[in-house]
Parts: sequence; C-alpha cells; structure tokens
Amino acid sequence: MSRKRGALPGFPLAMGFTLTYLSVLVLIPLSTVLLKTASLSWGQFWHIVTAPRALASYRLSIGAALAAAVVNLVFGLLLAWVLERYRFPGKRLLDGLVDLPFALPTAVAGIALTAVYAGNGWLGRFLEPLGVKVAYTPLGVAAALVFVGLPFVVRTVQPVLRDLDPAIEEAAASLGASRWQAFRRIVLPELGPAALTGFVLALARGLGEYGSVIFISGNLPMRTEITPLLIMIKLEEYDYAGATAIALVFLCVSFALLFTVNLFSWRQGRAPAVA
Amino acid sequence: MSRHEKSPSPAADAWRDPRGEPRWVRALLIGLALAFLAFFLLAPLLVVFAKAFENGLATYAAAIREPYARAAVRLTLTVAALVVPANLAFGLAAAWAIARFEFRGKNLLVTLIDLPFAVSPVIAGMLFVLLFGAQGLFGPWLTEHGFKVLFALPGMVLATAFVTAPLVARQLIPLMRAQGSDEEEAALTLGASGWQTFLRVSLPKIRWGVLYGIVLSNARAMGEFGAVSVVSGHIRGRTNTLPLHVEILYNEYQFSAAFAVASLLTLLAIVTLLAQAVLDRLAGRGATGDGAVR
Repeated sequence: MSRKRGALPGFPLAMGFTLTYLSVLVLIPLSTVLLKTASLSWGQFWHIVTAPRALASYRLSIGAALAAAVVNLVFGLLLAWVLERYRFPGKRLLDGLVDLPFALPTAVAGIALTAVYAGNGWLGRFLEPLGVKVAYTPLGVAAALVFVGLPFVVRTVQPVLRDLDPAIEEAAASLGASRWQAFRRIVLPELGPAALTGFVLALARGLGEYGSVIFISGNLPMRTEITPLLIMIKLEEYDYAGATAIALVFLCVSFALLFTVNLFSWRQGRAPAVA
Repeated sequence: MSRHEKSPSPAADAWRDPRGEPRWVRALLIGLALAFLAFFLLAPLLVVFAKAFENGLATYAAAIREPYARAAVRLTLTVAALVVPANLAFGLAAAWAIARFEFRGKNLLVTLIDLPFAVSPVIAGMLFVLLFGAQGLFGPWLTEHGFKVLFALPGMVLATAFVTAPLVARQLIPLMRAQGSDEEEAALTLGASGWQTFLRVSLPKIRWGVLYGIVLSNARAMGEFGAVSVVSGHIRGRTNTLPLHVEILYNEYQFSAAFAVASLLTLLAIVTLLAQAVLDRLAGRGATGDGAVR
C-alpha cells in the first residue's frame, strides 16, 4: 500500500479545517475592508486618508513605533548579550521577566506606565524637573511602545547568539582582534538578520498597538492621537466608511512589514518567528 | 535540528576565555541592561500593586468584590473558555498539515496564519462591526431573526479568537517540524489507526508545546483590550471584561479600584510567565519552539 504525502493520514481533514477556520474567522472579515472601501469614490477615499488629522496620526504612529523599535533594537541586543553571555544573580528571573509584555494585558500596561511616568509618578517626578515630560506627550507614546515591543529583538537574537560557534571569536582573538573588533566585525553580522527580524516585528506590533498607548498619550487630536485611536473615534461616531478607509491604509503598511519578515525567513530557510 | 544543540558545558568555559570582556565592560553592560529593565518592566509591574493597595486592604477587597467586577471576571473566564479550545483545535490542525505534509503554497499558508498579528486590535474589532453591525453585511438579517452578535458575547468571542488565532499554531509548527514523524510512521506500520496514532503518539510528543500554547492564548484571550473594546459596547455587568472594567474605573478617576482590578490581571500574567518557565524546563530549553517569539 503506498501512501502519498509522507505516509501519514489526516491531511484532508487537517487542511480542510485549517482553511475553513482561517477563511471564516480571518479572511472573510478582512475582505469586508475592501468591500466597504469600494463604496467610496477615489476622491472621497483620498480626502479621508489625507485629512490633516489622519496625516498627523500616521506621523505619530509611525514615528513613535520607529523610535521605539530602534530603542528595542539597541537594548534588545544588549539584553540578549547580557542574558546569554554573563552570569549574575537573578539572571533567570530577568530572563523570564522579558516576556512580561506578551503576558500582561495592554490596558494594565497602559495605566501602569502612566502611573510611573506621570508628573507625580515614580520616575516622572525625577524626569519632569529635567524638562523631560513623558506622560501625555509623543514621548509617552514611544515609551509605551518600547514596553510592548521589548521582547521581540531579545527573543529573536538569543537563540542565534546561543548557537554561535565559539571558534570564530577565538580565531579573531588569536589573530589579534580586540574584543570590540571581534564583536563589530564578526558577531554583529551574524546577529544581523535575527536582530532585523525582531526590529520589524517590534515595529509592526507598535504600529497597531492601542491599549497601552491610549492611557499615557493624552489623546489630543493632531498632537498625541495615534491612528488606531482615530479609527476607534470614527467608529464611535458611526463613520464606518472613514474608519475603514484609514484602516485600509494602515493594513497595507502592516502587511508589507509582515511579508518582509516572512520573505526574510523563507530565504533563511526557517519558520518565521512572529509575535 | 542542530539549532537546538546545547550550549557548551561549563567545563568548556576555559575555552571561552578569548571571548571574555574586561570586568568593567561586563559590569557596565549588566548595569545598563538592569537599568533598562527596571525603567520599563519592573517599575510598571510594581506600581500596579503599590497603587492597588494605596488606600488599604479594605478598599482593595471592596473593588474586586463588587458585583460589576465579579460579572467582569465571569465574562472574561467565559470568553477564554470558548476561545482557547478553538485556538487549540485550529493550532493542532494547522500544525499537522504544515509540519507533516509537503504541498504547494505552504509558505503562503504560514503567512496567512500570521496575518492577525499584523492587524491592529482596533481594526480586528472593526471587521466584526462591518460584518455584524446595524449597517453591516449581516447586521439587518441578524436583527430580523433576533440574534445579537455585536455588543454581546458572540462578537467578543469572535474578536478575541481573531486576535489570538495564530498563537497555538505558531508554537506547534516549529516544534512538530523539528521532531519529524518517525514514531508516527512506526505506529501506523504496526497497525494503529490514524486517530490512535494522533492521540497516543503525536499528542504526547508535543504535550508541553500544546500546554505552552494554551497558557499563552489563555493569557492573551483574558487580557485582550482593543478588539474587545470595539465590539463590546461597554455595558456594565453584561459585556464588560476585566480589561474593559479597568478602563472604565480609570476613566472615572477611581484609581485604586482600577489598579486593584488590574492587579488581578497582573497576577494572571505572572502565573502565565511562571507556567511558561516550568514548561520550558520540562521540554528542554528551546523545545517549545524554534526560538519563536510569541
């Protein structure tokens, strides 16, 4: 008896269920965005998505997400390095704590960060006399996005660092390279693809984030209003066409990021590591 | 797979010497890392409990015992109890199809499974408003026949299921790929049926990964905010989950109460992290996924 497809049964059932579930829950709902936007003329669509308030929200969302992803790239590499290479008390605890943003509900993160960074908060009271206002400013938005995106770079870089062959760094040292040279010219290029994947994931997560941001941002139109909040406001005003048009623009950006990461992972021949 | 090789044993540390940094560099890097974690993780974590107990134990107890808070707990548990099994079934089916068989378009399917991660929670909620709202595609039909999806439990379950859909699948696909199917093939050769093989051979092989996925999607389902916020309608005692209850209390300036309820969700997050650490250890490091970030 010859079985096709690797000799195991269950392919039609598993595949059928997967595709049905995905279609009903994800693909059909997503297609309504196109359907709804199609009810607008091109002129109307353009008018909505380029309104000053919408443009200001893209600027803030993209700017803050980029800034947070850069912070997370730098500190993610640092954390991965420290957690993989050094020994110090409490290391295991911290390693586990890195996943907190994945487990903590975003609304809780939002009110907690606001409490920490508000003018009378634990850290805000030291930052404000220095002229650094975090809560209710774009900086607060970025701080919240640093929190939600924190684990991505750490968790993509850690396994690569763990599997790095010690011999290459030893060779560099024996050939006279300094530690810094060895890190910059040998270790960093090896970590590059993983770090970049983590960076894009943190960016994508930051773009769409809502719960942790709305409490700390202050939500002033044109100043501290992120795009997901603008969509929310339009929905509450029953302006479904407006909400959908802006959502479509936003989805295009997010999907482009997701496909970049996945293409990247296919090239490297392994499953993409995604949030 | 070679990616899961253990790091060199401590005995090999002498070998690692050329990779050591000067002491002050180590201290500086560790210090920077700790400061970063203290600012962004530890402070928010601790502030929740500090604020929750600010006005004493009695206020705390009252906040989590009042009827609306209890109703929110019940609804949150109900949503999770419905969403997590759905995620599990989807995750198992998707992982079985993707990790055990070769077919065209596999990469595309993997990307489609990831799609919900790229959708802002607010947009995810909006999708179900477009489908089931009063002006939505199925809205009028549903109202006519007396079904309530939006601003009711079904809508909240759908929105939560959308947002958490990839979690179990993402956990299991790399795990099952790494394990291969030799044992399954042996079981089939020895005369086991397909279901027997799945239940007795495949499922035990991935049990820690499955549990990990359950724990994670449970935490996400209970904590979901943006998507649920759009479809819930915020009816107190009826369509308010715990995170939404936190928001309402906070916006009413009942800060102690908001943080008290938030502390319940924080405990859930801590328990989740602990369970993940235990499962990681049981499965051997890295075995719960290909370094997959959740």
